[in-house]
Amino acid sequence: MASETLYDLKAISKKFTRGKETITIFESLDLQIKKGDFVAIMGPSGSGKTTLLNMLGGVDQPSGGEILFDGKRVDNLGEGDLARWRANNIGFIFQFYNLMPMLNAARNVELPLLLTKLNKKQRNQFVETALTLVGLADRAKHMPGEMSGGQQQRVAIARAIVSDPKLILCDEPTGDLDRTTADEILEMLQILNRDHGKTIVMVTHDPRAAKYAGRTLHLDKGAFVEREAEIV
Amino acid sequence: MGSLLSQISAVVAMNIRSLPKRLWMSLAMVIASAVVVAILLAFLAMARGFEATLEGAGSDNVAIFTRSGSASEINSTVTREQVNLVGDAPGVLKEGNTPQVSAELYVILDGIKKSSQTEANLPLRGLDVTGVGMRKGFEIQQGRMFTPGTNEMVVGAGVASQFEGFSVGSELRFGKNVWTVVGIFGTGGNVFESEAWADAKVIQSLYNRGSSYQTIRARIESSASIDAIRDYIAQDPRLNLDVETEASFFAEQGKQLRYMAFFGLFISVVMALGALAGALNTMYTSVAERTGEIATLRALGFSNLSAFAGTLAEAMLLAAAGGLLGALAAFLLFDGMSASTLGGSFTQVVFSFELSTDLVARGMVMALVIGLLSGLFPAWRASRIPVVAAFRANG
Repeated sequence: MASETLYDLKAISKKFTRGKETITIFESLDLQIKKGDFVAIMGPSGSGKTTLLNMLGGVDQPSGGEILFDGKRVDNLGEGDLARWRANNIGFIFQFYNLMPMLNAARNVELPLLLTKLNKKQRNQFVETALTLVGLADRAKHMPGEMSGGQQQRVAIARAIVSDPKLILCDEPTGDLDRTTADEILEMLQILNRDHGKTIVMVTHDPRAAKYAGRTLHLDKGAFVEREAEIV
Repeated sequence: MGSLLSQISAVVAMNIRSLPKRLWMSLAMVIASAVVVAILLAFLAMARGFEATLEGAGSDNVAIFTRSGSASEINSTVTREQVNLVGDAPGVLKEGNTPQVSAELYVILDGIKKSSQTEANLPLRGLDVTGVGMRKGFEIQQGRMFTPGTNEMVVGAGVASQFEGFSVGSELRFGKNVWTVVGIFGTGGNVFESEAWADAKVIQSLYNRGSSYQTIRARIESSASIDAIRDYIAQDPRLNLDVETEASFFAEQGKQLRYMAFFGLFISVVMALGALAGALNTMYTSVAERTGEIATLRALGFSNLSAFAGTLAEAMLLAAAGGLLGALAAFLLFDGMSASTLGGSFTQVVFSFELSTDLVARGMVMALVIGLLSGLFPAWRASRIPVVAAFRANG
């Protein structure tokens, strides 16, 4: 039976070797994220928040400890298994959108579906639903270069949710946007969390962005300082 | 598997659609590949055309006799007595009581090549009507046949097209002798079209050859008669002659010039190495420019094999496009082009470049090898791009 805990990080450590020097990012870090959480991770540069996000996304692996996702260990998976696991469970939203410039909005959103067994017609239906959800159904044929930053990030959100992943990981999702557009994007994330039950983990520098999350974790010197944030 | 194929095809399509971003570098790779293939095909077409010209001339039912040890017609001498003895050899055909034997002379004229305006050796063959009858596909294309006993000559179509002054009706002076061109003949594009022909007796007289000749041709029953003729020659000390079928004689001369194909291959391989260096640079740049895209796809769950295959396919596609372009250029520039080069008797052989589909296939293989080698290492690098690079991708 699946637990209510989506992520369970147990005594995670992460160390890098640079020349003869060993740099410790985390030492015995514990973290639990429940299904339906919207967690913001904040911290000064170099505090390890991006490293943590990478480990949550199966992009980087810890030096020690265990990561359990929905009750199953994922920190010891091989490269191929991790790729499949990411495809099935994680949606990514990047600071600079990371859209494929040669593909239109619909084809960008379709990318995660190419990893499924859905046929072309089914994929198009999913893409249309996702774009409608982010308010860009009428921009399906537009190329990324023809859209504003906010619109591109919404396409990226549609790409992140199109395959209905359990978790959405956001890396500074509003870092490249103006205030108004940033608020629109954050509200959209909030809707995905509140109305669609998506678990969201967001790394951000921006305290105003963090206020949209239900829970903010402050990472400093490899340890969390946790406090509840008000929902705006 | 289906998913892997759709991943690979999606990545390949993306790479191809992003080519305009790398237009000049991609174009450089296409052109480099095209030049290598065009040069390779030019040499191969030249060698193929030259061989075809010589091989097409030889008949299995004609034996050619040369002085023992002489590698070519120009070095050979035969006497009237030997001509008569050859007429009695086993396997030599007769018409009535007359053996089908052609005693021939082979002297050199100076001609001016139209292409380079330089002097080059032209063969003037002395023969009679029996000898003319032994040439496959002989036809007078313009004018008429020379009249025996006169200073008239007919010239092959290759001579007329490649050398100055051999039009019908023109008078030409070679040394003290003045010749009139009375006709242009064809023999189906083979080596005889590179010759001028005149009456053997007139040449004997003008070139002080007495009653000697240089080669003997004889119609024989079949190529199997050669062994019996060799035995016949071996038993008669007056016949210090080599004999072989005309087909084998010209095929051997064609092989002597296979260096053309080897030289072409060598030049192409050297150029291919240069093209490879450029292509590698293009592909490494392509991978570097697509680092963010590749890492993003990997983050979304695409396999590293799709990144590998996408890059390799891009390289193969660019090289293949170059190969096709090179083959097209070679076809337009060289196919059917007439040229002349030094043949086995120190005289010019006029031949046409022949670009066939099997040669084009060889050119395409060369292009694909360039594509494969230039794509392999960058593709490996693409497959090793860390997924974390997606988080550093800017824009």
